[in-house]
Amino acid sequence: MAELTLGVFPSLVGSMSLDFSFKLAEAAIAKGHKVNMWLSGNAVMMAKKGQKAFKDYSHLEKRMKELMSKGMEITVCEACAEARGYHKEDVPEGMKRASMDWYLAKTVKTDRLLHIGGE
Amino acid sequence: MGAVKLLFVVQRPPYKSENPRLALTHALASQTAEIYMDEGDSVVPTVAFVGDGVLNAVKGQQAMKTYGVTSTESHIKGCLMTDVPIWVCKEDMERLGLKEDQIVSDAEDMGGADISTKFVSFAEIQKEMESVKHLLFF
Repeated sequence: MAELTLGVFPSLVGSMSLDFSFKLAEAAIAKGHKVNMWLSGNAVMMAKKGQKAFKDYSHLEKRMKELMSKGMEITVCEACAEARGYHKEDVPEGMKRASMDWYLAKTVKTDRLLHIGGE
Repeated sequence: MGAVKLLFVVQRPPYKSENPRLALTHALASQTAEIYMDEGDSVVPTVAFVGDGVLNAVKGQQAMKTYGVTSTESHIKGCLMTDVPIWVCKEDMERLGLKEDQIVSDAEDMGGADISTKFVSFAEIQKEMESVKHLLFF
């Protein structure tokens, strides 16, 4: 079993890159790997609970919760979230908030880091 | 584990996206990452500007005056002040008609840094890409 850390920066709406990140995480977990996910930049859209699922837009809250229940650690950039008006009380259950040094620290022990850039 | 080398490669121009700013703020975060690490572990970042990304390093940015936000120039100076190496690709500077004296190379107005910007060939950046543990493209 290896440890994979995903640094994810694209927004939930606007590209499919965030969807891809979750699909990749799901596949890695299914293979028995440990996955950490850092959400920063526009990806902090995930830090707002209660988003309505419309078929025209990506909706990942359900998948995110399933992955967290399988051990995926998800941390969102606190400053990026606050800058967009997503506060501590908005965060979905199980998701953590931290400053960027959390992500930097994860790079030390992780076997592979995959940085999925933003727009 | 010891020291882990990271290379942040910035290829996007400033202000058009958040990426260059995020590269610099993440690189700066290496200064406080120790709170999450085991004793003796550290991260050693280098930031390299390539392609249109070299425009981030142009001197005299007026981001605060124009947009009311900090400039990438100030973040580059912050990196230099905290000993985060800043590299700028010479070939891309030439392609964009930029001379070394037009690029942020020190942090004198912020109290001074012990290091200065390095002007390097793309081959040197590529060599660094091959030597680091993790590569982060912004």
